[in-house]
Amino acid sequence: MMHGPGVIPRAEAIARAETAAERADTARRRADWLTHAILILGVALFALPIWIVLMGSTHDVATISRGEVPLLPGPYALENYWAAWTEGSARTTRVPVSAMMLNSFVMAMLIAVGKIVISILSAYAVVFFSFPGRMLAFWAIFITLMLPVEVRIFPTFKVVSDLGMINTYAGLIVPLIASATATLLFRQFFLTIPDELVEAAKIDGAGPMRFFKDVVVPLSTTNMAALFVILFVYGWNQYLWPLLITTTGDVETIVIGIVRMIGSEADTDWHLVMATTVLALLPPVAVVILMQRWFVKGLVETEK
Amino acid sequence: MRKKVIFPQVGLPYLLLLPQLAITFVFFFLPAAQAIWFSFLRQDAFGIRTEFVGLENFVELFADPLYRDSIWITFVFSLSVAALAMSVALGLAVLADRHIRGAAAYKTLLIWPYAIAPAVAAVLWIFIFHPQVGLLGRFLNGIGVAWDYKLNGTQALIAVIVASAWKQVSYNFLFFLAGLQSIPRSVLEAAAIDGASPARRFWTVVFPLLSPTTFFLLVINLTYAFFDTFGVIDALTKGGPAKATTTLIYRAYIDGRVNLDLGSSSAQSVVLMLAVIALTAVQFRFIERKVHY
Repeated sequence: MMHGPGVIPRAEAIARAETAAERADTARRRADWLTHAILILGVALFALPIWIVLMGSTHDVATISRGEVPLLPGPYALENYWAAWTEGSARTTRVPVSAMMLNSFVMAMLIAVGKIVISILSAYAVVFFSFPGRMLAFWAIFITLMLPVEVRIFPTFKVVSDLGMINTYAGLIVPLIASATATLLFRQFFLTIPDELVEAAKIDGAGPMRFFKDVVVPLSTTNMAALFVILFVYGWNQYLWPLLITTTGDVETIVIGIVRMIGSEADTDWHLVMATTVLALLPPVAVVILMQRWFVKGLVETEK
Repeated sequence: MRKKVIFPQVGLPYLLLLPQLAITFVFFFLPAAQAIWFSFLRQDAFGIRTEFVGLENFVELFADPLYRDSIWITFVFSLSVAALAMSVALGLAVLADRHIRGAAAYKTLLIWPYAIAPAVAAVLWIFIFHPQVGLLGRFLNGIGVAWDYKLNGTQALIAVIVASAWKQVSYNFLFFLAGLQSIPRSVLEAAAIDGASPARRFWTVVFPLLSPTTFFLLVINLTYAFFDTFGVIDALTKGGPAKATTTLIYRAYIDGRVNLDLGSSSAQSVVLMLAVIALTAVQFRFIERKVHY
């Protein structure tokens, strides 16, 4: 369309404006498609390692060992998962995955629940009572943030072994359930509980434990849920600690179990390693996805 | 901040604090104190005689070229993990922050690797990197690149960096996305009206406004790379080949748990404690005051 300089007819002007708007619209839509394409590619690349293991776990050991790296499902899913679940890797560890899963589950649950109980009690003491040594107690808890197990490997192992807690659930769990993070989170939250509420409870004749049970705990449920997600994942994923204190298969967790299953790589049941990997990542991933709302809250709160 | 209304009981608070303080004392303070004490001691080869040697363990530690190597490896490893995990996450977060349909679905699709244990993440990556059973490893060897992270130190370092960073992307993504979403739209619109191109808008407006998030994530990622990647290294390379992936934590583990070298392991623990204290101090100094643009 050619137009001379001068007056553009009104209808033409509107039509042009419309095309301009349409063009901008098309451009944006194209950009949106590009964004989608890149994001999908990103998600796919991101998920590729999981996909490979998921597909590999449905093939037999020969296929995997030949290095075919199948990207589509094979016929051995039931067989592999059943073998892993009931026997484990016959050539290396010989501990059934079901037993390791149970150990991991007990450990993760007790760590999560234990940490929440212990932390809420001590935060309650620090916030709602006045007693000699209050600040000292607070700082003693706070400073443990600076002493992760990774920096005190040998001495902590020695203490646990002196106490005869090697290869026990207690040794696996108790040393991990003191948590400065959870205590700080509860303390932060308790400080926002209005004083009037405490005053009212006192007038009604409620003692401290009654107030704790009837007011503080119900108010804290969201925080507990958020912490639970974070702590369950934390407990399930522990590696260094169980490695330090388990020397037999009795209390072996699944995360440790997989790595032992691989062994020296000479004789590895790769198909079972893959099935076990899928089983090992299911529970924590399920907790995070099902409790996504609390998970995000927990992540943000614990890092404050 | 202090509560005005408090309960008068005196015995009860101690009872409430008892479980946490007892565990803290037995499993945190006692071992930490022992680490400091043992770091000044040396046992003979049979573990019979122990003598006080002052700072000799520390002197020996820093004189050991292998220990100095592992300091350097830790440094390269941690910075690479942080840089890789953060840049990928930032890129994805910027895309997901565009007002497109399904942004929430992408969020769900990207956050779950957070839940995967570092050691399990390493096992997943074995099937990518392994020269015989891994997708990429086989492909590289097929086209004539000699790839075997069990033999080549640089390749081993690349493998543990990628596997460690992969797991951390989701965490960074969540925080970058939250940071991006808290940037006022009016600021971006003003920049757009001024005629700034999208790239220019990103580098001159968005990125500076994200600096508190970026700095916070940098500290968190370095801490993660420093301490939480033990599982990745143990599952993937066991610190090898020829100690090419032996970070400070891995070395402390080998000397403490495997070699049972009391003095040296304790000295290493003390060095690591100082590192944590330094990292924590940096974190508090800057995050409490919020890094601003």
